[in-house]
Amino acid sequence: MKPAPFAYHRPASLDEALTTLAGDPHAKVLAGGQSLVPLLSMRLAQPSALVDLAGIPGLDGIEVDEHGVRVGALARHSAVLASADVRRVQPLVGLALAHVAHATIRNRGTTVGSVVHADAAAEMPAVLALLGGSVEAASVRGTRTIAADELYLGPLESSLAPDEIATSAWFPALPPGAGVAFEEVARRQGDYALAGVAAVADDAGVRAGYLSVCEVPTVVDLTDVPAGGRGDAALARLDPAEDIHATAAYRSQLVRVLTERVVESALVSRRDRAGEGR
Amino acid sequence: MTEELHDVRLDVNGTAYDVRVPARRLLSDALRHDLGLTGTHVGCEHGVCGSCTVLLDGAPVRACLVLAVSVSGQRVTTVEGLTRPDGSLGPVQQAFAECHGLQCGFCTPGFLTTITAGLRDNPAPTHDEAREMVAGNLCRCTGYQNIVRAVERAAELAATEGRP
Ligand SMILES: Cc1cc2nc3c(=O)[nH]c(=O)nc-3n(C[C@H](O)[C@H](O)[C@H](O)COP(=O)(O)OP(=O)(O)OC[C@H]3O[C@@H](n4cnc5c(N)ncnc54)[C@H](O)[C@@H]3O)c2cc1C
Ligand code: FES
Ligand code: FES
Repeated sequence: MKPAPFAYHRPASLDEALTTLAGDPHAKVLAGGQSLVPLLSMRLAQPSALVDLAGIPGLDGIEVDEHGVRVGALARHSAVLASADVRRVQPLVGLALAHVAHATIRNRGTTVGSVVHADAAAEMPAVLALLGGSVEAASVRGTRTIAADELYLGPLESSLAPDEIATSAWFPALPPGAGVAFEEVARRQGDYALAGVAAVADDAGVRAGYLSVCEVPTVVDLTDVPAGGRGDAALARLDPAEDIHATAAYRSQLVRVLTERVVESALVSRRDRAGEGR
Repeated sequence: MTEELHDVRLDVNGTAYDVRVPARRLLSDALRHDLGLTGTHVGCEHGVCGSCTVLLDGAPVRACLVLAVSVSGQRVTTVEGLTRPDGSLGPVQQAFAECHGLQCGFCTPGFLTTITAGLRDNPAPTHDEAREMVAGNLCRCTGYQNIVRAVERAAELAATEGRP
């Protein structure tokens, strides 16, 4: 279980990184390595070269204002989770991050890396999709913004081009008086979830985002669905996948139970926030 | 094809080591094979078991998920670095001995580094926090009860000494 040989680049600027990436179609970006290095060791990925972002200054920022949270490509999960400003402006980010792996992995793994790795079992892609966030992508051709609903194409497949670097991810703020909740079922705290649900309740309605249920992070609108019927309403829109960890029937049951519970918590959190006398 | 080698300076337990390694050399292998520091154990090599956990600039990370070339200039602390300069055991090591926190000892280096950092961040963990502190590390022998007890005992020892 050792990686196959690859060339290693540690560019000192974003421009240099983009030029290196553009010059080698088989090169890959290295951020925290918490998903990529296991893939290299198992030889499921054999890139010709790695472009390590670690030497590029200014990519580890976490900027928070009343519109939302912008997380730089080198900001570790642990730093985002520790930010009181992030918790205040978009509480769902912290609620979900607490379930991303274990503290040791969060010390190295990046939130942007997780978002672009596009694992449907991961928390942050589902949260980005639910909140209608986006990713800033740079290449030698220029920069562009990719909306979350155009980012996820399939299992571990994003619409980021091979020569693009995601420089940041954007999580919009929670509007005043809106509520959020998150819950997942995993065999052990910190493990990948068997199924997980995030929910937002705001003036526009009620929406839930699902991880570890379908092949891509999926968002379902549950506005006006009465309590007790939400689980089945969600399932009508989802097609839970079967894998070695859970049967489709078991996942469906988790979706039913978690949807009811998480949407209810989001509504309660909404009432609590409204009651805080804005 | 001859593989390109990189000159890397590794700062481990306060000593600087100059090594020449291929880019694919995992930090865990650099520690064990290039530096002969075999206290860091390698179990799964994909980040799951935690036995390879070391401190990187004080924060616990999986040494099997970090490339040696990428940590040039950073401080690495391995289990060997937890012993006091006079060779006596640090509080976490002492607590593991007192509470029988190990059987075969394979997982132990990863627990010791993880808990050392965990107690620095949270010197007085509740029982649940002590459990969560070690939740990312796998032990095949002990059933965890004594390990969690060792976390709590180490917190006591560190408190009486005034440092973790
Ligand atoms: C034991 C274990 C348990 C885990 N459990 C969970 C879990 O429960 N939930 C969860 O969500 N995650 C989990 N993870 C994954 C972890 O969250 C990773 O941090 C994350 O998936 C990837 O972030 P990274 O910075 O490590 O990316 P890397 O591993 O460096 O990269 C991942 C992929 O994204 C690409 N990439 C990364 N950054 C960029 C960028 N800025 N621009 C372009 N491409 C980029 C890389 O080329 C690569 O293909 C776990 C990991 C381990 C080892
Ligand atoms: S050997 Fe590194 S986590 Fe198992
Ligand atoms: S003591 Fe044997 S694996 Fe933990």
